[in-house]
Amino acid sequence: MFIVKYIKDILGAVKSLAIGMKRTLYYFTHHKEIITQQYPDNKDTLVLPERFKGEVVMPHNEVNEHRCTGCTACELACPNGTIKVVTKFDITPDGKKKKAIDKLVYHLELCTMCNLCIEACPSDAIKMAQTFEHSVYDRSQLTKILNNPGSKIMEGVE
Amino acid sequence: MWSFSHIADFIHEWLSSTFNPTWTLIIEMVIAGVCVIGLFAALGLVLVIMERKVSAWIQIRLGPNRVGPKGMLQSLADTLKLLVKEGMTPSGADKFLFNLAPFIAMIVAMLLFAPIAFAKDFQLWDLNIGVLYVSAVSSIMVISILMAGWSSNNKYSLMGAMRSGAQIVSYELSAGLSILAVVVLTGSLSISDIVMSQADGWWIFKGHIPVIIAFIIFLIAVTAETNRAPFDLAEAESELTAGFHTEYSGMKFALFFLAEYMNVFIVCAIGATLFLGGWMPFHIGNWEGFNHVMDWIPSSVWFFGKTFFLIFVIMWFRWTFPRLRIDQLLNLEWKYLLPISMFNILLATLMAIMGWHF
Repeated sequence: MFIVKYIKDILGAVKSLAIGMKRTLYYFTHHKEIITQQYPDNKDTLVLPERFKGEVVMPHNEVNEHRCTGCTACELACPNGTIKVVTKFDITPDGKKKKAIDKLVYHLELCTMCNLCIEACPSDAIKMAQTFEHSVYDRSQLTKILNNPGSKIMEGVE
Repeated sequence: MWSFSHIADFIHEWLSSTFNPTWTLIIEMVIAGVCVIGLFAALGLVLVIMERKVSAWIQIRLGPNRVGPKGMLQSLADTLKLLVKEGMTPSGADKFLFNLAPFIAMIVAMLLFAPIAFAKDFQLWDLNIGVLYVSAVSSIMVISILMAGWSSNNKYSLMGAMRSGAQIVSYELSAGLSILAVVVLTGSLSISDIVMSQADGWWIFKGHIPVIIAFIIFLIAVTAETNRAPFDLAEAESELTAGFHTEYSGMKFALFFLAEYMNVFIVCAIGATLFLGGWMPFHIGNWEGFNHVMDWIPSSVWFFGKTFFLIFVIMWFRWTFPRLRIDQLLNLEWKYLLPISMFNILLATLMAIMGWHF
């Protein structure tokens, strides 16, 4: 019947609108849930969410070793050419040539923090850092080399 | 008890004893005008900060909190900013209409203040067709919006104005029919009669089902008539930049902005008067003691309390619901609200004839 469907439509609409209004009334009356950070005032105690994406970094251990094999998976995954992997060939002790990274160039000014490079990395060599105060006076300072000078690949990472 | 009418009577007597009747009338009109403009300015400031705070809390934000204690002077700072800005007229615009439109919006808002009863015996003009006057004058608002959109020489403005025309013209019907439900029950179009008829209980309680349906339809229709979200197609920031006031800047923009808030205040005042008793305190039938206690709260507090509650409800709508498309908007009016309100007015009439209300 048309009229039954008509009335059901109206009741359903009223019910769903009421659910939405109940949710916003809950937020309106619960000021403890406010997510705004009073940023410059709480700089010392600022706690960012775990999944906040600020910039791509490459973690190194105490003896200046990283996990990057130079496979360029991150470079291929990057949608806008933010990462450029410059590879070189190391000579291993038994005389073989082995591919390794010379520089991992990262253009922060191009990065959209899409996280695709981190997901593409097979050896967990790069991750997202929580830093976010990136402003500088010269654009060239935003082009970063992620591996520390003189760093080597970690033992056992292929 | 203390009331506005004593002050008004005192001023009237003093003026009549000092001047001749013509001058008395002119001076009283000037005083009323100054009071309305003052109320405009005060309400504009209060409503803007209220809107921003309500929207912030609903969206789990803090809202303005830098200017003054808890950000309460933010709207004052904004007003100062708008006052010193340049009011530009775009080249190719119809200059006369472009500059006239915001003033028409303001004049309509000011005219609507005339029949509203702010407190006991405190009404600028108690005319016997108050409700009809309000619904008639409020439809002039669409002329200022069409004028602004047409004269701006901007396609977004024109689209916003045309949408607004379709919207206001169609939603006026259901707003008018929902008002009629109360008029039928009261038997009078005069605002003061409608308020006095609620001395033994507000219509929303006395009139039960038909009046509650009328109240809901009235709220939806006036939200659409004042061009507020979820019916803000005329402005639609994300589609039309700002709709009909895209090209306005400075004080001319502020006049549109103020007129929008004044219209919200007026429709909420009308809603409070018709359904929630206006300045009438909360009375229950013949409970003399209870009614007497309620009478101790001043009538102006009751009026502004109810009005601001309805304004909060309209703001709550705005920050909860997504915007409707133009076809959905017209479907809602012509397929749902109008048939329901027509059926509802028959129900209300039947109830008034059979005396089924309390």
